[in-house]
Amino acid sequence: MGQMKRYAPLAILGLLAILPLVGLSTYALHILIMVIMWSVIGMAWNLLGGYCGQVSFGHAAFFGVGAYTAGIVYSKGGASAWWGMPLSIVFVSAFAMVIGFICLRLRGPFFALATLAIGVILRVTAENLTGLTDGDLGIMIRERTWVEKTWYFYVILILAAITFYLVKKVIESRLGYYFVAVREDQDAAESLGINTTLYKTIALCLSAVFTGLAGAFYTNYMGYIDPKVVFALHDISIVTIMIVMIGGVATFWGPVIGSVIMVLLAEVIRSIPKLGAAHHTFFGILLIVIIIFLPNGIMGDMPKLRRILRMGKSS
Amino acid sequence: MSSPQLEVLLQTLISGLLLGGLYALIGIGMTLIMGVMKIINLAHGELMMVAMYIAYGLFTLFHLDPYLAVFIAAPALFILGVLLQKFLINPVLKVDSILPENQVILTVGIGMVLANLATVFFTSDYRSTPVDYATKAWYLSDFWKSSPIELSLSYAWSMSFLIAVAITIALWFFLARTDTGKSIRATAQDNDAALLMGVNVGKMRVITFGLGSALVGAAGCLFIPIYYLYPDLGGQFTLIAFVITILGGLGSTVGAIIGGLILGVFESLTATYVGMGWAPVGRFVIFVAALIFIPGGVVSLLRRQKWGK
Repeated sequence: MGQMKRYAPLAILGLLAILPLVGLSTYALHILIMVIMWSVIGMAWNLLGGYCGQVSFGHAAFFGVGAYTAGIVYSKGGASAWWGMPLSIVFVSAFAMVIGFICLRLRGPFFALATLAIGVILRVTAENLTGLTDGDLGIMIRERTWVEKTWYFYVILILAAITFYLVKKVIESRLGYYFVAVREDQDAAESLGINTTLYKTIALCLSAVFTGLAGAFYTNYMGYIDPKVVFALHDISIVTIMIVMIGGVATFWGPVIGSVIMVLLAEVIRSIPKLGAAHHTFFGILLIVIIIFLPNGIMGDMPKLRRILRMGKSS
Repeated sequence: MSSPQLEVLLQTLISGLLLGGLYALIGIGMTLIMGVMKIINLAHGELMMVAMYIAYGLFTLFHLDPYLAVFIAAPALFILGVLLQKFLINPVLKVDSILPENQVILTVGIGMVLANLATVFFTSDYRSTPVDYATKAWYLSDFWKSSPIELSLSYAWSMSFLIAVAITIALWFFLARTDTGKSIRATAQDNDAALLMGVNVGKMRVITFGLGSALVGAAGCLFIPIYYLYPDLGGQFTLIAFVITILGGLGSTVGAIIGGLILGVFESLTATYVGMGWAPVGRFVIFVAALIFIPGGVVSLLRRQKWGK
């Protein structure tokens, strides 16, 4: 069992890596790419929200800054938008440090709301800074790197593998214990000599960088971004939270499971003609139900779920 | 300063104060809920949106004046708030989970459902109530013939402001003089002590959430003659309410009033001198400045001067 658990991530990675060779349809590949991209964002959010306990309502800000780094490198710099991925690491971490300086003074719900405000402010800024971002017109990447989706799939798969590995390494290290200590009781952690501000900033920067990388990938993959899409409150920030809440807060696989469920659910709801417009209602109700009945998500409340299932079988 | 410039400045300040009065009403609702329940209601703006649609519906169906709709929308919102608190928020307060912010996320879910249902039922078109007094205004030159500068005061804006002030005064009487009001304040000050003194804390929480919803509902009715209405408008007002509470001081009613006025004036100034689209950024600047320089809000400054109590 122990051996199996250890090699499970590698096995899944290997399985995913040979999937495109089987000959998936373009649509299936697109769904797969979306699932993996959302897992990256979910894992990044989980590092800050799940382990360090700093619930962010504004991950769209980091996603958007990453996406716009790639977009602006292309539209203003004239270089390939792929340069946005390495560059976004620099920009997003600098941005996250500024945000951290302002917002990490706040605790709990107040931090959550401050990050929410930042997401909205960035959207407005991107809409109004027309000289840099072209405002509501958005940025269009005219030359696609690959027509086939296969290579995009491998790029995001590698990013996801790196994210998973790093999150696991960080959480299993001394740093991870500090994060959890901050989450459980910030004052106690501080009194034990943990520099909570420093560790919260580290968690925020790491989380922001991976979210930003996913954003830069999004620009390259979709070929078009505008402020309403990449800085969306509900469709990015809240969906990120839902992915982690559904899958399981502070678990390694939670965000992955959550993104599979959320992406598939979104596709199913959007494909039903009359219900398409109401997909936020379904998301909202799902969120409410999850919070009331499975507050720690599918992975977190696994024992509870098993018990319920067993009771169903025996009766 | 030449007289046209002065005119613009004074006009901006006046409209800022009027806007601030309405903001204060929104902020008070949030600060009450925050003070008593220690949770942030992120569906606050969406509740206001619901009240605005009620007022809009009453206007289009029965030609009921939006100002009279306050008497229907506010009680309706009170009931909605009570139901939300009883059946959704209360159960979550009891559930044990890793993240303590569950209730906040829950209110986000509620807000999402409300906003999306409004889109489904009313489409995302912009709507307004074309009341006949919307374009009328008082002019300074009507009262003072030889006035060197010209200022105007819209009927609808001043009406909304006056009603907001009246509601605030009524609320103050309720909180200061009635038994229920005193119990609410006691719960906000110290939950356990209030419980020991025989206050029905659970009931107070339900009432407070209803009251906060009713207040923001009333604010919605006051906003609709001077603003337009669309389903996603809630989010920005939730943020406004939050900025006001941070600016004024958490859980403080006086702070919410002062915070609302400051924010209104500041936004009005940004809109005039920087640009309409930048108003939300101005809001954020004030928010950050408040966090860094006066973390306890304006109320903490008053307390230091021994003005507030």
